[in-house]
Amino acid sequence: MNIPSELKYTDTHEWTRTEPDGSLTVGITDHAQELLGDLVFIELPKIGATFAAGQECAVVESVKAASDVYAPVAGTVAAVNEAVASKPEIVNTAPYDQWLFRIAPAQGAEASRLVDAAAYRALVEAES
Amino acid sequence: MPHRTPLYDLHLAAGARMTPFAGWDMPLHYGSQLEEHHAVRRDAGVFDVSHMSCVDVSGPNATAMLRAALANDVARLSEPGTALYTCMLNEAGGIVDDLIVTRTGDEAYRVVCNAGCAAKDLAWIEAAAARAGSPAPRVTARRDVCLLAVQGPRAADRLVRAAGDAASPIVALAPFRAARAGRWLATRTGYTGEDGFEIALPVEEAAPLWRALLSAGVRPAGLGARDTLRLEAGLPLYGQDMDETVTPVECGLDWTVDRRVERNFVGRRALDARVPRFRRVGLVALDPGIMRAHLVVETARGPGETTSGGFSPTLQKSIGFGRVPVRVAVGDVVHVLVRDRRLTTTVTAARFVRHGKSLLQENAAP
Repeated sequence: MNIPSELKYTDTHEWTRTEPDGSLTVGITDHAQELLGDLVFIELPKIGATFAAGQECAVVESVKAASDVYAPVAGTVAAVNEAVASKPEIVNTAPYDQWLFRIAPAQGAEASRLVDAAAYRALVEAES
Repeated sequence: MPHRTPLYDLHLAAGARMTPFAGWDMPLHYGSQLEEHHAVRRDAGVFDVSHMSCVDVSGPNATAMLRAALANDVARLSEPGTALYTCMLNEAGGIVDDLIVTRTGDEAYRVVCNAGCAAKDLAWIEAAAARAGSPAPRVTARRDVCLLAVQGPRAADRLVRAAGDAASPIVALAPFRAARAGRWLATRTGYTGEDGFEIALPVEEAAPLWRALLSAGVRPAGLGARDTLRLEAGLPLYGQDMDETVTPVECGLDWTVDRRVERNFVGRRALDARVPRFRRVGLVALDPGIMRAHLVVETARGPGETTSGGFSPTLQKSIGFGRVPVRVAVGDVVHVLVRDRRLTTTVTAARFVRHGKSLLQENAAP
């Protein structure tokens, strides 16, 4: 199971990386893409849309099922990765390179949904 | 504890991700559902469908009994070695199960049932046997056989490579014909829209054939690919596109109901009396997005429902089956409610791919 130690994770299988400007880059974990199987459609949020922490803001669909992607913190979408919308399968091959969106945290937003790699690994192992 | 087929360990060895299905632990895929799908469209794949149940019916009144129990007419099976697809109906005309029936002797038949219906079907067939004339036909559930489906344009070539001479009578079959080869009973049938074979064989011979098929370049394929293949091919799935509340007419299976002669099969009176309000159509998405089963379909003739839906790996867009008011016509534009969006779709005939080729052009023609 590939769980890079420098990233933070949610219990809904998103990974996040904090950028120098304070925004969070968000993608889905290797475990998530493996559970879903071949991805065939990704619906990204609109730039400028605001979300509460834990609110669904994107959808990833495989041949098998649709799955929501949740905002890791409260904030505003600052950027989206259009490449994954046109070629969803690149998320299967490189889940930690192919981010879905960047979110600028709202003022005072707490990152209480985020855990480190060790805690996420424990969570995945408990699930399987 | 779910049932396991005798090939369970071989599935794990081939990298299967297992999933619960109708009380069985079955392969969902072996790494990539899409690659398995394409392998069956372009070359050959093998499915372990041993979860499906085989029931043998034999004895002097077997033909009469099945003619009364099934909506298609086994009298069409003019000689041993022929097979047909049929629904088994309840008195209200609803579908108890859909089956493949193969005539294996003068008064001998094999019935292949869906896994989820196995117990119900056996009870149903036993009751039909009890109603038949004396002596009652013998009904035997065959738990001693495995069922492998080898499917794809190169299924015949690869089966010959895997099984040698044993394959000769099998690959010589015409569609919906059956042959014995040693202790195997094979039919040229399938659930993918491609050429292929379904081979029932003794448990102890299944693992060697499975290994030989893989060595011959046949790709193991799971339930995931089986679902996208049958959806593209326009083939309904029991429990999803039809059940005991749906008649064959309402789910696109009217062609399987044989009304040519006066024959009082179970469900006929109800079918003849019932005016269908819905019919089955194909739906092809014009927008990006994926329709799934059991979503609302908005039409100018009133609401309907998707009964199946998904992504078509061959067409690279979403397709589905719609149960819509009978006046909805091919070419109409309708909307499927997917989460908070209205997915624009066009109504087509309910088959999308056959023998590796898109039927969308053909479907669009008047």
